[in-house]
Parts: sequence; C-alpha cells; structure tokens
Amino acid sequence: MPASPGVDSGNELRILGFLCNWCSYGGADSAGVARLEQPTDLRIIRTPCTGRIDPLFIVRALINGADGVLVSGCHPGDCHYVEGNFHARRRLETLKRILPVTGINPDRFMYTWVSASESGRWQEVVREFTARIHTLGPAPRMSDTLTETLAAEGLPMQATNGVK
Amino acid sequence: MKQSIREALPGLDLVLGWEQGWDALHATPLFIRKAEDVDRLILGPTCVQSLAVQLPSLKGKKVGIVVKGCDSRAVVQLLRERLLDRAEIILFGFGCDGVVSLKRLTKVLGDLDSVTSVKKTDDRLVVESPDGRREAAFDDVCAPKCLDCAWPNAVESDHFAGPRLEPRPPAESKTALERFEEKSLDERFAFWKREMERCIRCYACRNACPMCVCRDKCLAVSRNSKFVSQEANPSESFMFQLIHVMHLAGRCVSCGECERACPMDIPLGLLRAQSTAVTEELFHEQAGTDPEAPLPLLTFKTDEETIEERD
Repeated sequence: MPASPGVDSGNELRILGFLCNWCSYGGADSAGVARLEQPTDLRIIRTPCTGRIDPLFIVRALINGADGVLVSGCHPGDCHYVEGNFHARRRLETLKRILPVTGINPDRFMYTWVSASESGRWQEVVREFTARIHTLGPAPRMSDTLTETLAAEGLPMQATNGVK
Repeated sequence: MKQSIREALPGLDLVLGWEQGWDALHATPLFIRKAEDVDRLILGPTCVQSLAVQLPSLKGKKVGIVVKGCDSRAVVQLLRERLLDRAEIILFGFGCDGVVSLKRLTKVLGDLDSVTSVKKTDDRLVVESPDGRREAAFDDVCAPKCLDCAWPNAVESDHFAGPRLEPRPPAESKTALERFEEKSLDERFAFWKREMERCIRCYACRNACPMCVCRDKCLAVSRNSKFVSQEANPSESFMFQLIHVMHLAGRCVSCGECERACPMDIPLGLLRAQSTAVTEELFHEQAGTDPEAPLPLLTFKTDEETIEERD
C-alpha cells in the first residue's frame, strides 16, 4: 500500500461516507480501535440503515462540492431491519447509472457492504476509494463561474439570453 | 369518439378533451360537462398536452378523459401507484400518429401568425394562414418523442375510437441521448451548467408532468427544504432537476411534457431518457404499461440478476 494521501500531504479532498450504524460504522470503529491506518479524507455520517439514505443525499453532496461519496452498509441478507439494504441496493444502483448523463463522474460515487467485524476490509475500501478520488482529482463544480468552465472546455463565451 | 362521449356523459362529472385554441395550431384543454360541449372536441396533431396531469386533483369525481398512447401510459402509471381509482375513470382512447412540436415547427417554417388550418397528410404537415400555405416533413416538426413511438394506441381504454395503429419502427438515426453520450463527462457537465444558467426555476416542467403528484408538498418549494435553497443559480437549478429525475426513476412515462413546457427550451428529455433506459435495463419493465405490476423501486429481489454484487 502506498502512503495514504491526506492531511499530512496537504492535498486532502472532500469525501463523504454514509455508513450504516449496525455494520459499516461498527467496522470503521473497529478498524480505528485496531489502529489500522486510514486516509483522512473521509468524513463519516452515521445513518440508521442504508435504507435511510435517499439517493438525493448523494446528489446534494456531489453538487455541493464533495469530491466523492461512499455508502457502506450491511451485506445483503444481514440487514438489522431485514430488508433496508435490499431497497437501498436498487436505489443506489439506479442513481449510479443515471449519473453519467449529468456529467458527474459515476466513479465519484461508490456503494459497498462491510460488516462490523471486517475492519481489514474497511481499511481496504477506504484506501481504494480515496486513491480513486485522488486519481480523479477535485470534482468540477456547478458553482464555478461559467467562464471558467468554458475556458476549461476550450469554448468561447456564448450569449445566454441576457441571463448572467 | 364524440358519440361514445355523448353516451357516457350522463354518468360522468366531466370529460377532459381538447378544443381549438386561439388559432388552428394551438389546442387547449376542453372540460366537457354538457352534451353541447362535445361538438367543440378536436383530435389531431395539435392535441399535444397530456390531460392526465389533471386527474389526481379530480379524485373523488367520476371523470372521462381522452387519451393518446403516451397519455394513457400516464393514467396507467397513476392507477398503478394507487393515486387514481379505476372505477372513477373512463378512458376514451385513440391511435395517435404523432403530434406537432411548436418549437420545431417554428424552427422549420419560421414564425406562424393566425394559422387558419393545420392538416397532416401522410408524412407532411400543411399549415395555412393569411400569409399563404406552408408545409414541412412531419418528422421534422413532430414532437421528438413521436419519432420512435412504441405506444401509439391507448394502452388501456374503455372506448376506443378509430383504427389501431402500428408502432413506428425505431428511427434509424441516433437518439438525442446517444448523440449526447458521445460527449465526455466534462463536456456533459459544462453543457448542463450552461443550460442551468438559463433555467428560471419556473417549475413549468414539474407542473406539466403527469407523474409529479406531490404538488404543494413538493420538496423543492418547501419552506424549509433541506435539498434546495430558493437561491437562483445553476447548481440549485440542477439540484432541482435531479430531484425531479430521481423522483421519476422507474415512473417516467416519457410523455415529453417537461421538455415541451420548458419556456427556456432546456433539453430535459435527456435526463429522463437516461433514467428510463436505466430502470428498464435494471428492472425489465416500462412505466405505465401494466396497472398491476409492483413499482420497481418499492420492491426488491434478494438476488438481483441485473445488479453486480459488491462484496
């Protein structure tokens, strides 16, 4: 494993993690207790279940400036609420496949399943996802000025019906 | 059609149809309550807007509605979501061979004032006005959704008028979505940014959408919305559009009303086309075709054949 990018190297990116209280949050916790080294880019939000996660949480995060979003919950079949992650799986997969049309790179979003006992697997997931986001670099922002985006695209500024 | 509406009218509160608007190019909704109203009903290439959008607010009344193929899919989807009661709805279906897009027509023929007649002959559209007679190939002026329409006939109807039509063979040229997919992700993002600069958040796309049923409880206009602010800028507008797309995933019936209603001519159909393609690919079903099927995003399989396991 290469040295983790992050706060020490001064190139930390913003990655948001939605973790299920019952599995992945526990997995992340036990990874911490076991002192498994992890990148520092991930900010964790603890949710009661992946079934609680509205795909729009992810959209909002990506539009508001997150460079990556990770969702992790219990393995299918192991849900504390029996079927929460089955519902989540359909919604998250749908979102992931809709993203390409928006121009938001679908690789910036990942969902996976990590149980409370899989601290090693958690470390691996975070390292791989963080490395992937660092390869992609900071996400383009809708809030950047239009001129900046057009310049990046190599296009001239166009008239936009009098709107700024 | 008129005959069957006349016969059914005594048992109904009203029947929704179209009548000629201020000129021959514009059809406007007609609310038939009395027998003499039936005479004003028109059917044809100008009957564009989906009347199904009215139905949820008329719940509790016995309503008849005149439907094209795409409109009937909206009704079927509303029935499927238990937002309508089948016993309260009478469907007057017909086979539709395409409707005109005023935006495309204006592009081809230029501005058209006081049109006196619009006729469709085989594959051409003939428009007459005091300035003279102009015509265009129908494929160049029809609504984009009509180009490869697979559902020309009402999928469900109590009365069906006229002949049943064959679905159109898919257009040979690429769909708008396929052309859009040739762009890189960054270009697509820049494209939406430019489009969203023009979005005025008028919510016409939402109001015209027959499947947008939250109405005054819409997430986007809630006083303390956690998802969008009232600020007008591209990222908030895009967030609103993506709320619309996600709330329609697996439900959108591809009627194209959002794009038609957009006063800023933003190609919202691209987002819908992707969501429809994705949900069809994942769940092997099309919205608005089976009133009894469970909603794909409200159910699941323990082993999803179409979704790769992420262990």
